[in-house]
Amino acid sequence: MTIGLIHYLVVAAILFTMGVLGIFLNRKNLIVILMAIELILLAVNINLVAFSAFLHDLVGQVFAMFVLTVAAGEAAIGLAILVIYFRGRGTIAVDDVNRMKG
Amino acid sequence: MDYAANLAMTLPEVILGVGAIVLMLVAAWGGQGSTRAISWAAVAILAGACVAVAGPASGGGMAFDGLYRADAFAGFAKLLMFPAAAIAILMAPGFFQRTSGDDLRPEYPVLILLSAAGMGIMVSAADLLTLYVGLELQSLAAYVLASFMRRDTRSAEAGLKYFVLGALASGILLYGISLVYGFAGTTLFDGIAQAYAGPRSLGLLFGLVFVFAGLAFKISAVPFHMWTPDVYEGAPTPVTAFFASAPKVAAMGLAVRVAVEAMGPATDQWRQIVIFAALASIILGAVAAVGQTNIKRLLAYSSINNVGFALIGLAAGTPTGVSAVLVYLTIYVVMTLGSFLVVLQMRDADGQPVESIAALSGLSRTRPGLAFALMMFMLSLAGIPPLFGFYAKFAVFDAAIAAGLFPLAVIGYVASVIGAYYYLRVVKTMYFDEPAPAFGAGDSKLEGGLIVVTAAFISPLGYLLIAPLSAWTMAAAQALF
Repeated sequence: MTIGLIHYLVVAAILFTMGVLGIFLNRKNLIVILMAIELILLAVNINLVAFSAFLHDLVGQVFAMFVLTVAAGEAAIGLAILVIYFRGRGTIAVDDVNRMKG
Repeated sequence: MDYAANLAMTLPEVILGVGAIVLMLVAAWGGQGSTRAISWAAVAILAGACVAVAGPASGGGMAFDGLYRADAFAGFAKLLMFPAAAIAILMAPGFFQRTSGDDLRPEYPVLILLSAAGMGIMVSAADLLTLYVGLELQSLAAYVLASFMRRDTRSAEAGLKYFVLGALASGILLYGISLVYGFAGTTLFDGIAQAYAGPRSLGLLFGLVFVFAGLAFKISAVPFHMWTPDVYEGAPTPVTAFFASAPKVAAMGLAVRVAVEAMGPATDQWRQIVIFAALASIILGAVAAVGQTNIKRLLAYSSINNVGFALIGLAAGTPTGVSAVLVYLTIYVVMTLGSFLVVLQMRDADGQPVESIAALSGLSRTRPGLAFALMMFMLSLAGIPPLFGFYAKFAVFDAAIAAGLFPLAVIGYVASVIGAYYYLRVVKTMYFDEPAPAFGAGDSKLEGGLIVVTAAFISPLGYLLIAPLSAWTMAAAQALF
């Protein structure tokens, strides 16, 4: 069986769904949410690179590099905010993020 | 095209970016003592960026091989966002001085500058890559700003919620971008428009839905609004004022540009999404605000409500509609900044900020001028004539009716009556309830002056501006079509 574009898209769609579910279903740990966000971005990267190869167009791969770079910055800021949150509250359980209703 | 011409077109963002980096270095060496100087330098840089907009940046055409577009639409949005960002910087020193706990650190104006640079790129994006980079530059700075009061647990929580949901929205938007790229074969808006003009595959439609879902989050339209009240309540008040003004204009400008320029041929498809988001935002913003006791949460629901009205103009999908969106945003930004400037004056005798609506009781007797200003902002947000907020709503409804969207206009109109209830409740609290303990005296001439200026703009005097404003927004809207 040859692996075509559709297989890549299906894998990316599964990863994307897992990432979104990871954010909403996870009730334990905020670090898991950061990992779920990373999963979403990597699913997008698979899409971009697969399309890029299929279309013989380099823009998709350039885009993937930008996504990787931004993801690194996003992770740094996310962890920094997590640290100040932990300093104030002493916990990073998702259920405890409830100082404000909503 | 040579490099100098490209740089001339992107001059506002170049000024902001270079200025932010220089000020960051000054902050690193100068430390806490340099905060005041850096704040004023940042305001000067934003003013310089506004001046730079007047050059090739508003009408130069395409820059950087079609990645960036300098046109009248971008120019108008930038002239709206940069002053709003400058006001957010000017509001901060007084607030942080009075609030015990965290001092204002020099990073605050630098982060606002970086965010402003991102916003400039957003409204000028002519390619999905520029769109994404601009959006992230704006958002990443905003996440830090939301959690700026490090020792305040509510601020940290606001930053955390904003970050998680913002990153999720970026992910959804990005997934849509990857699908649009794959099925259109290009990331340039012009090329995407060609792809949407032809036979539309399922992939292109899914891409459109995901992209609009991501953008709806950034403008806090229902059903992607749930972060707004919490972030607005938890973030420091000057930051909340910033979130409610400049980034909202940027995200709305971006949404308009994507909808009209990249997906214009698919107007019938995205119009359904925009109409749903508009009505849902108006109704939820009006109904959910009724039970609120915190003024910042109330203003958060008010901003959701107002974004719904602005989306009505976009739903029309015509130059008149886009021009109405710009008129709406202009008036909305002034009203919102004015309201938050009044909220900044709410503090007890020790100078600690108070946020409950009950604290406004009888304000008309203790601080008549302040009560009158807040009454004007509230009535204007509700769209009651003869205040200028009425004209904003009139413009979007007019555009919707001209485009034949009668049900949308009627439902929006009825819902705006429901929305008026909670604005009037604030006015009633101020004018008819027994006085609560008086607020600490206002000590900032700057904030007082800004309240007077914003109140004068939304007063009936504002109607004098209708002719130039309409001509200008129409020219800006025509640049997209």
